[in-house]
Amino acid sequence: MSVETTSNLEQEYNFAYLDEQTKRMIRRAILKAIAIPGYQVPFASREMPMPYGWGTGGVQVTAAILGKADCLKMIDQGSDDTTNAVSLRGFFEKTAGVATTFKTQEASIIQTRHRIPETPLREDQIIVFQVPIPEPLRFLEPRETETRKMHALEDYGLMHVKLYEDIAKNGRIATTYAYPVKVAGRYLMDPSPTPKFDNPKIDRMAALQLYGAGREKRIYAVPPYTGVRSLDFEDHPFEIQSFDKPCGLCGAEGVYLDEVILDDEGGRLFVCSDTDHCEERRAAGHTGPMAADPAASQLSKGSSDAEDTVQ
Amino acid sequence: MSVTLNDEPLLNVSGLTKYYGGRIGCQDVVFQLWPGEVLAIVGESGSGKTTLLNCLSTRLPPSTGVIEYRMRDGSMRNLYQLSEAERRFLMRTDWGFVHQHAADGLRMTVSAGANVGERLMAVGDRHYGKIRATAADWLGRVEISEDRIDDDPRSFSGGMRQRLQIARNLVTKPRLVFMDEPTGGLDVSVQARLLDLLRQLVADMGLAVIIVTHDLAVARLLSHRIMVMKDGLVIESGLTDQVLDDPREPYTQLLVSSILQV
Amino acid sequence: MTVRLYLNGVAKTFTMHLQNGIRIPVVSNVDFSVAAGECAVLGGPSGAGKSSILKMVYGNYRCEEGQILVTVGDRIINIAGAEPRRILSLRRDTIGYVSQFLRVIPRVSAVDVVAEPLIAQGADAAQAAGKAKDLLARLNVPERLWSLPPATFSGGEQQRVNIARGFIADYALLLLDEPTASLDAANRAVVVSLVDEKKKQGVAMLGILHDLDVRERIADRIIDVTDFQVTAA
Repeated sequence: MSVETTSNLEQEYNFAYLDEQTKRMIRRAILKAIAIPGYQVPFASREMPMPYGWGTGGVQVTAAILGKADCLKMIDQGSDDTTNAVSLRGFFEKTAGVATTFKTQEASIIQTRHRIPETPLREDQIIVFQVPIPEPLRFLEPRETETRKMHALEDYGLMHVKLYEDIAKNGRIATTYAYPVKVAGRYLMDPSPTPKFDNPKIDRMAALQLYGAGREKRIYAVPPYTGVRSLDFEDHPFEIQSFDKPCGLCGAEGVYLDEVILDDEGGRLFVCSDTDHCEERRAAGHTGPMAADPAASQLSKGSSDAEDTVQ
Repeated sequence: MSVTLNDEPLLNVSGLTKYYGGRIGCQDVVFQLWPGEVLAIVGESGSGKTTLLNCLSTRLPPSTGVIEYRMRDGSMRNLYQLSEAERRFLMRTDWGFVHQHAADGLRMTVSAGANVGERLMAVGDRHYGKIRATAADWLGRVEISEDRIDDDPRSFSGGMRQRLQIARNLVTKPRLVFMDEPTGGLDVSVQARLLDLLRQLVADMGLAVIIVTHDLAVARLLSHRIMVMKDGLVIESGLTDQVLDDPREPYTQLLVSSILQV
Repeated sequence: MTVRLYLNGVAKTFTMHLQNGIRIPVVSNVDFSVAAGECAVLGGPSGAGKSSILKMVYGNYRCEEGQILVTVGDRIINIAGAEPRRILSLRRDTIGYVSQFLRVIPRVSAVDVVAEPLIAQGADAAQAAGKAKDLLARLNVPERLWSLPPATFSGGEQQRVNIARGFIADYALLLLDEPTASLDAANRAVVVSLVDEKKKQGVAMLGILHDLDVRERIADRIIDVTDFQVTAA
């Protein structure tokens, strides 16, 4: 990534929309966040030309680190072609004019909502998470003054109260997303609403992880190769979801699957949530048990259609 | 009720004064509390007893004065010179605080079991089965049926909530428990049961207790010693039955004569 | 004989602040001692101050003037002006009080009520319960009541539970506050024999007994409280 101060593409916007002072402010927050892994750094979140909940935090972080030479991938629930991903990708194409891609391998910056790509990330990549509620203790302790003290004192028993409640009510830890983690043995962190399936990916990840919460005005980070441990009990250890079938289209196992309803007769299909991963595999010749199903092939075709419109 | 003649006080309070602006909350309070001793602070509303309790329990910094507490390692520490982390650790392990309104001392939206287990988890217990077993045991000790362990306290009666609050506080086997009108607002019959339970737990566990109450019957039943407060001052103190049966100060005589048979 | 209790120049005056600070002198210059194995009984009409003296010895009333000295092992402790926890430890280990009125503790069985003082002195719970049952049996408390809380007992039954409670523990000094009032002859005789046993164990006793028959049988000495009465100032 390189820092650019002007854009010759869209003269009416500064490069990547935000003014340079704002980007500097955000970069300072990011640097501080990297220095204190998992710690929520307050920042002066700006009004963005999109509603809160659409990723204003992630967009500001991306805008602050984006350079002209970067290649941006934008995913929403694993997919590059859902509304949120399409809109935010369009936003940066228009305001920064950077290259965009669907391919995890090609991207230098990946902004994501609710998923982490199946393909392991590299040291030269940065992943930016959109975070709705950065405070993992918030649902149990509404006072910000109190949660900040709890972080300062590493007073995290309360988080286990929530996990206890899960087991008491469901017989197991039923938290399946935004599963709380402890970063570098110190700060409790909400890994954003990614499925807990992705938690092992953020442990000792090669890429830098940046988390931005626009409405809550917080940035936090996990530097490359930082230990991230999912909380659990000795007798109820952390487990990720497992799927008893492979992806219907590409046959991948050990990946996160989405359920897709195919028709009104109860036909359903489990497919890779990470659409890029699925397509790469199919391109390489892998096929799943449902690949020949007409409804399923329609689905996979629809996905590549969307890709066409971007090009 | 039993008190051993341990020569080392648990709490040493001297010159404790709290001003609210120009007004006196409590003034020049001096006393010592020994392990296993139950001290009642009585007086009417506005007499400064709750101010004193809050100062003692580090919830309200005093204007002047010193409060020293004997830590589990035997060292005597000035409470207001503890770090926040030390203070919090003290409050969730070695101390308890029973509020008049159970909702102030409970997490109303989490289950009874988690309410009791919270302190255990806060000090690092990470075995769900053991935490739950301990919680169930404590619910039994405060006479809450074990099958209510997964219900949240919103569905509990006032007396049950108060008993749950007590269990939540006692699960870490504290040495000092503060109580602020623990029977206030409860029906008389519910009060009696709670008092009896408290009396037994206090005796069994050898707890030191500082209990604020305006109810002399509560003081009589639970406490070894009593301090009578008026206008922020401790006007009379001593052995509970001595102060109640042979009150010296005019105000104490008034208090004692104002109640029905205790 | 070893002196267990010695009152030296004790005086008691009540100041009734609610009645314009009127001062009611009760006793003054109280001076007597009780030896080990002796039962001294306070004599004198109602209002002479017998009860006040007993309560001062127990620390229930303040003693503003004089000394109330109790022998504890090889030490002498002044109850007048002793700090509360000192008095509480004396009550646990040294001074017992047998009164007519049971302060009912809800939901505690009669056996446990009786055994409690002995357990507080460090006795084994099972042994204490055994001794409690013996005492309840001697005092003719029906066995079916033993496991019940005394709150619902008749007045006489409650009183006998309390007498058992007063006699169970090993105190060097026992204060008897009308222990036989309203007891029937059989139970009065039990109390007399309990007192005799305590005497043999070397327990010093100070009592108030209006029952002349019992008084004659247990009192070694009558202390006339009218000697300590305050002549109107």
